[in-house]
Amino acid sequence: MISNFGNTILFISAFLSSFIIYISFKNLKEDKTVLKKNIYQLCLLQSTLIILSFFILISAFITSDFSLITVYQNSHTLKPLLYKISGAWGNHEGSLLLWLIILTVFSFLFLVYNNNHPKNYRLYTLITQNFLILGFLFFLIFNSNPFSLVSPIPKEGLGLNPILQDPALAIHPPLLYIGFVGSSIYFSAAISSMLSNYQGKLFAQSIKNWVLISWSFQTIGILAGSIWAYYELGWGGFWFWDPVENASLLPWFAMTALFHSLKVLEKRNLFYFWVIILCIITFILSVTGTFLVRSGILNSVHTFANDPSRGLYILLFLSLLIFGSIFILFKKFQLNDYRINPNSKETFILVNNWFMIFYLITVLLGTIYPIFTEVLTNHKVSVGPPFYNIVIIPIVVIFLFLMSIGPNVKWIKNKFENYNLLIKILLASVLINFSIVFLFKSYSLISNFIIISSIFLIISTTLDFYKCIKKKKFNFPRLTSHLAFGFMVFFIGINHNFSFEKDFNLRLGDKEKIENYTVEFKNLNLEEFKNYKAIIGKFIIENYDKKLNLTLSPEIRIYENPNTLTYEASIRSGLLKDYYITMSNIDRSEYYNVKFQKKPFMMWIWISVIFISIGGFIRLFENEKKNY
Amino acid sequence: MKKKIIKTSITLFFLFITLVFFIGLNKNSVYDTTNLVGEKLTHINLNHFSKNLKITEQDLKKNNFNLINFWSSWCGPCRDEHPFLLRLKDENNINLLGVNFKDKKNNALKFLREFGNPYDLIAEDKFGKNSVNLGIYGIPESILINKDLIIIKKFIGPITEEDFKYIVTAINK
Repeated sequence: MISNFGNTILFISAFLSSFIIYISFKNLKEDKTVLKKNIYQLCLLQSTLIILSFFILISAFITSDFSLITVYQNSHTLKPLLYKISGAWGNHEGSLLLWLIILTVFSFLFLVYNNNHPKNYRLYTLITQNFLILGFLFFLIFNSNPFSLVSPIPKEGLGLNPILQDPALAIHPPLLYIGFVGSSIYFSAAISSMLSNYQGKLFAQSIKNWVLISWSFQTIGILAGSIWAYYELGWGGFWFWDPVENASLLPWFAMTALFHSLKVLEKRNLFYFWVIILCIITFILSVTGTFLVRSGILNSVHTFANDPSRGLYILLFLSLLIFGSIFILFKKFQLNDYRINPNSKETFILVNNWFMIFYLITVLLGTIYPIFTEVLTNHKVSVGPPFYNIVIIPIVVIFLFLMSIGPNVKWIKNKFENYNLLIKILLASVLINFSIVFLFKSYSLISNFIIISSIFLIISTTLDFYKCIKKKKFNFPRLTSHLAFGFMVFFIGINHNFSFEKDFNLRLGDKEKIENYTVEFKNLNLEEFKNYKAIIGKFIIENYDKKLNLTLSPEIRIYENPNTLTYEASIRSGLLKDYYITMSNIDRSEYYNVKFQKKPFMMWIWISVIFISIGGFIRLFENEKKNY
Repeated sequence: MKKKIIKTSITLFFLFITLVFFIGLNKNSVYDTTNLVGEKLTHINLNHFSKNLKITEQDLKKNNFNLINFWSSWCGPCRDEHPFLLRLKDENNINLLGVNFKDKKNNALKFLREFGNPYDLIAEDKFGKNSVNLGIYGIPESILINKDLIIIKKFIGPITEEDFKYIVTAINK
């Protein structure tokens, strides 16, 4: 029943998309300057239907309707309600439906919110977007149908992978999808802008809020994934340069470059084609990321169950996107001779873009290099964190300095006046850096540079804040994001240098001394929960100097559906540092392997990232108030 | 003219990338190292764990059967399989070659002191490179080979009771 219902809705939606395309083409040829009213209604109906089909899927998950393969493979009657619901998008088929929701809802909202822009531009955007929607609908219906039946109907489901049963991961996909599926709308707008010759400032205004929305959500989406990795994967790291993580970072770089360049297009009417290229790249990278992750072409620690036929379809779709947009771009491209002053805001924003593109290429290369070497030379290589750290970190230093100076540079022509101030800030940064070295202990040369440059950015942005308040001319969004970015790099630097970790084996009742800490294995309990059993250890961590006495309880969880063991870290997060402990059993031995870590300022890394995205939201709010 | 060249080369570049992706898709099974059964191991060249020696095919050809076991002191499941390896040591027909994977020498020695040393020969693979060449993608893994260096079976993950029985019957046939 539910399957037929869902499938019917999907088919109607596919039909609707084709109809919207048809009616938009017809409307294009008409002389009227306004859009036909029924286009709005059709679009509204389209997004309502897709959302409805998603709710049908969710209700199938809630009622544990195992006649659907997707539900059978990813759910279980004993699962808590929250994870039954999040299970709906915790798998390939359901998450594609989420893709479609964002494609259609954004399509509708873009149409509604841009009614002061020309008809043809809006129609071409709608047409392009609906081609994307159709592409994904076909993929969903014929290859990854969430409403496929299984017969005979199983009594019980296989359950959701326990490491995915987690609140951070429940919200991670929707956030991230608003980010990178949201980029589809400015991809469509860019194609449409070329087709309808609607360029320049007004075009920039029509997409800038969409770029901001997707960027801000992408930022917290990445954060949610990172926090999840921090406490769930149990390694104490928060970024592993895993292909899946890289796939979410690549569009982020492109988006960041995009909304900086968009500013130039809006203010000075420059870089039009560069903006177009960035719009296209952002969405293409999003689809590429999906391809890499879903096709199984790359081995990653957390890929979805993979299937080459899926990969083939996404690859086909991807190549259509690439060659279609290249074709249009080549047809419309004009070389413009921009004479911009090397000492002007335009140049600085361009420099920001170079850095973003540099990071993008580095990460992209590291991610797909293994595929290339394997295909071309039959040689397996793996690109790990050392590559990214070596290539990216030194460049970040220069980037941070430019990021401190750039925002204060004037449009068109600038004159530096405050050399003295800059030198003072630099001196202060160096001083703070060495007092950190002195207070804690020494660290590597490159870390010094990272800390100095991030403090430089923090101080100069703080001074800007102060100036802003004095002049009553506010630019809070930019200041917030930049300041937060400076803090993020700073805290990551400190965290990287002053974390310590120690591995040891303990029996019940044993004590281990590490530096000033003693870790005592006090107790061990077996407890039963609704959908798992847990062996819970009780560890007392003491530090006499600091009068610290805390209890941490790492767990080993035994899930039955599917039958898996997970190791849950126990973390005591504090303002200054996190204590992090994991334990794992050693078979046929009374010893437990214990990993104890102290990680300073973890909380502040998360907070910084939240503030980076808050900057985006404030800007959005401001634009909205200025009435776009 | 110049414009045309640029356009063609950009198009070709993307064509090349899609092509590589396409081939990569079909090549995927290569990662599945269980397919290696029946193939012959060649180019074995490992560093000896404690002496300045190389371990090559010749060292493996001496024995009727060899079990190449990839392990490390930091690997939890390696502790699980260790008792089985110790029991295999008592079998006559088989030699055990342990490849110490991305490990610190002191930790490895401590591990062997604590749990016992089942290996007839130990090689080190500090950077994991040689192991990857042997088709390993995670440890513990073990490869059972015969005198002619043909792979009889691959064990991904720790050796279990069942695997142990399998090995014992295989080598005593």
